[in-house]
Amino acid sequence: MSEHEVTLTINGEKVTRSVEARTLLVHFIREDLSLTGTHIGCDTTSCGACTVLICGKPIKSCTMFAVQADGAEIETIESLAAGGELHPLQEGFWEKHGLQCGYCTPGMIMSAKGFLAENPNPTEDEIRHGISGNLCRCTGYNKIVEAIQFAAEKLEAANAGGE
Amino acid sequence: MIPGAFDYHSPRSLDEALSLLKQHAGDAKILAGGQSLIPAMRFRLAMPAILIDINRLNDLRYVEERGDHLAIGAMTREHSLEDSSIVKSSYPLLHDTAVVIADPLVRNQATVGGNIAHADPANDHPATMLAYNATVVAKGPKGERTIAIDDFFTGLFENAMADDEILTEIRIPKPAAKSGGAYTKLERKVGDYAISAAAVQVRLDGDKVAEARIGLTNVSAVPMRAKGAEAELVGKSISDVVVEAAGKAAAAECDPSPDLRGGVDYKRDITRVMVKRSIQRAVARAKGGK
Ligand SMILES: Cc1cc2nc3c(=O)[nH]c(=O)nc-3n(C[C@H](O)[C@H](O)[C@H](O)COP(=O)(O)OP(=O)(O)OC[C@H]3O[C@@H](n4cnc5c(N)ncnc54)[C@H](O)[C@@H]3O)c2cc1C
Ligand code: FES
Ligand code: FES
Repeated sequence: MSEHEVTLTINGEKVTRSVEARTLLVHFIREDLSLTGTHIGCDTTSCGACTVLICGKPIKSCTMFAVQADGAEIETIESLAAGGELHPLQEGFWEKHGLQCGYCTPGMIMSAKGFLAENPNPTEDEIRHGISGNLCRCTGYNKIVEAIQFAAEKLEAANAGGE
Repeated sequence: MIPGAFDYHSPRSLDEALSLLKQHAGDAKILAGGQSLIPAMRFRLAMPAILIDINRLNDLRYVEERGDHLAIGAMTREHSLEDSSIVKSSYPLLHDTAVVIADPLVRNQATVGGNIAHADPANDHPATMLAYNATVVAKGPKGERTIAIDDFFTGLFENAMADDEILTEIRIPKPAAKSGGAYTKLERKVGDYAISAAAVQVRLDGDKVAEARIGLTNVSAVPMRAKGAEAELVGKSISDVVVEAAGKAAAAECDPSPDLRGGVDYKRDITRVMVKRSIQRAVARAKGGK
């Protein structure tokens, strides 16, 4: 068994903790850092409920060890409503009814944030491809796709306006 | 589920990784993308005493043409393969394969080297590398050696590398003129392993098939070539009859196991269809099509 000191930035805040090597990143985030917005939906790396961004890329935090994230920048769902104002993705899920039970939502939103950063102007097909690692048992996905389209348009408009 | 306890090392250079591996040969496992190994550890199907994490070896991430081949660093993530312009323009079989491996989240972590080293017949790269006649580069305490892909897969989850070797690179020969390839995969849902899939790479000479290599996914215990199907193509001009004969040969020579993805007869018939579709697309591409 080995313990390791890990220093990483999570939602803009630098943290240092000692972790056992076998601690999965998702458990570290939920239990050691008490950020329970990131969910666990399976044991088989299948569902994407645990999606977080590592250095901007969406990954399944249940399939990485916390010790591997030493030095990384992590973003979780808690980083989105900065200052209490909804992020355009959150607003999209609200406006377009992109959730029912909400269990998949944090992962869905973090996945969408990751791929919108790479592809700010996606087609419907590209959105469906982009969220294909995230399962939703409630919505049938159509409303989620609409929510992401809403966010993409809003983000594009904000960018255009800001320049 | 939480994996069993292990000691963790995160070397900063390939030499450091190799010396750790030598020191702990037999007890240590390499951790690449972790997308096969960590799920196996969570189910305690794998319980390595020591993990050597090679994710900090950024020198092992590249996709570029060098001399007569495309060189892919072992730690190249699937996502970079999918995005690579040289892969898109000149290696359509590889591009077809990269986009159907798992899902985008897994592809952000999963590595090409790990996909091949894992030697899982359900993985997609083995069939593709067999069709390309790729070469694997392995480095160990005695230096570097190359292993022909035909000799690489030795059993279920077993490969030709020694315990103290690390896979560093995969080399795909630059396709000759009038070559084309394609990968066709049937999956139950996006992100799943194949029910069956076929990788085909052909070279035409005039109207006739001069060379053909076909790899099959998830229809045998060890990643396999469909040599009977290849033989049905070589020296012939492509017609519906020839393509059907190749598909039937592949269906006969594969050796699928029944599971949740289907029974043996179903998987054989799907293999026939996957092989036919890949041949048709590969030939169309060899003739300059998309
Ligand atoms: C939900 C899900 C769906 C998937 N679907 C598919 C699919 O459709 N098609 C597909 O092809 N794959 C699929 N995979 C598997 C995925 O592509 C894996 O990432 C891949 O099999 C292993 O690559 P890795 O980099 O993650 O390796 P790891 O999991 O880190 O390692 C796998 C094995 O290879 C060894 N190894 C890794 N790299 C090296 C190296 N450089 N030298 C020596 N040994 C090494 C490790 O020690 C370990 O034994 C899926 C995975 C998941 C979780
Ligand atoms: S918890 Fe299901 S993929 Fe991570
Ligand atoms: S809203 Fe219930 S799982 Fe997606």
